[in-house]
Amino acid sequence: MNIEEYKKLVKNMSPQENRLKNILVAFFVGGLIGFLGQFFIYFLTESFGISIVEASRWLCLLLILIGTIFTALGFFDTWFSKLKCGLIIPTTGFAHSVASCALDFKKEGLITGLGANFFRLAGSVILYGIISAFFLCVIRVMLIG
Amino acid sequence: MTYLYAFLFAGSACALAQIILDNTKLTPGHITSLYTVLGALLSFLGLYDGFIEKFGAGATVLISNFGHMLYSSALQGYYEEGLLGIFSGMLCKSSLAITGAIVFSFIVALFFNSKD
Repeated sequence: MNIEEYKKLVKNMSPQENRLKNILVAFFVGGLIGFLGQFFIYFLTESFGISIVEASRWLCLLLILIGTIFTALGFFDTWFSKLKCGLIIPTTGFAHSVASCALDFKKEGLITGLGANFFRLAGSVILYGIISAFFLCVIRVMLIG
Repeated sequence: MTYLYAFLFAGSACALAQIILDNTKLTPGHITSLYTVLGALLSFLGLYDGFIEKFGAGATVLISNFGHMLYSSALQGYYEEGLLGIFSGMLCKSSLAITGAIVFSFIVALFFNSKD
């Protein structure tokens, strides 16, 4: 058996994920989070009379709190395997990446474990976000002023 | 009507991420970084404020909003303080997300243990 045949065999034997189903599940879960978020903003603006901008900041904080608590209770990873990207792309994914590192490395000590590995996954989001925002801002300032 | 737009926009962003995840070797870490950079880029092109106006929470719940917050607060800092403001104002709005994640995760890490 040559390498090509072997690769084909492996491809046939490995379990096929239903990609269309994954996409639809991610679509509905992500959409549902957006829908509930919109409802939450409506609820805050109507009942407390705060502005939409402030309401969406409360929403951001609420999503982070939910993401952290579900990670701590151990639901998040099970749900992620079923619900796919619908949970990672909303801000809950950012909270999950921080909280899971904090929980995983806690046993190695507060400084060398928890402290050193706190932003192990979320660091890339912060780093590339800041770098891209910085250079885009410089470009914008040079072009338009 | 904003509810429908919020559903469709957040849903399609997640569906697109799922397509990328399934068809390439990128990990969720790559995709969240990509979406953050994409958010900053859309903000640079002047589109993201329109998205938030039209799709409401559909645009603010996404991780790309983090990139938008970074870019818009850096630009706001520039208008207030000049070049120094880009540095000092960069984290102004997204401080909410970062501080929130740090505080909640730390508290949770003190009381819970990893499930694995």
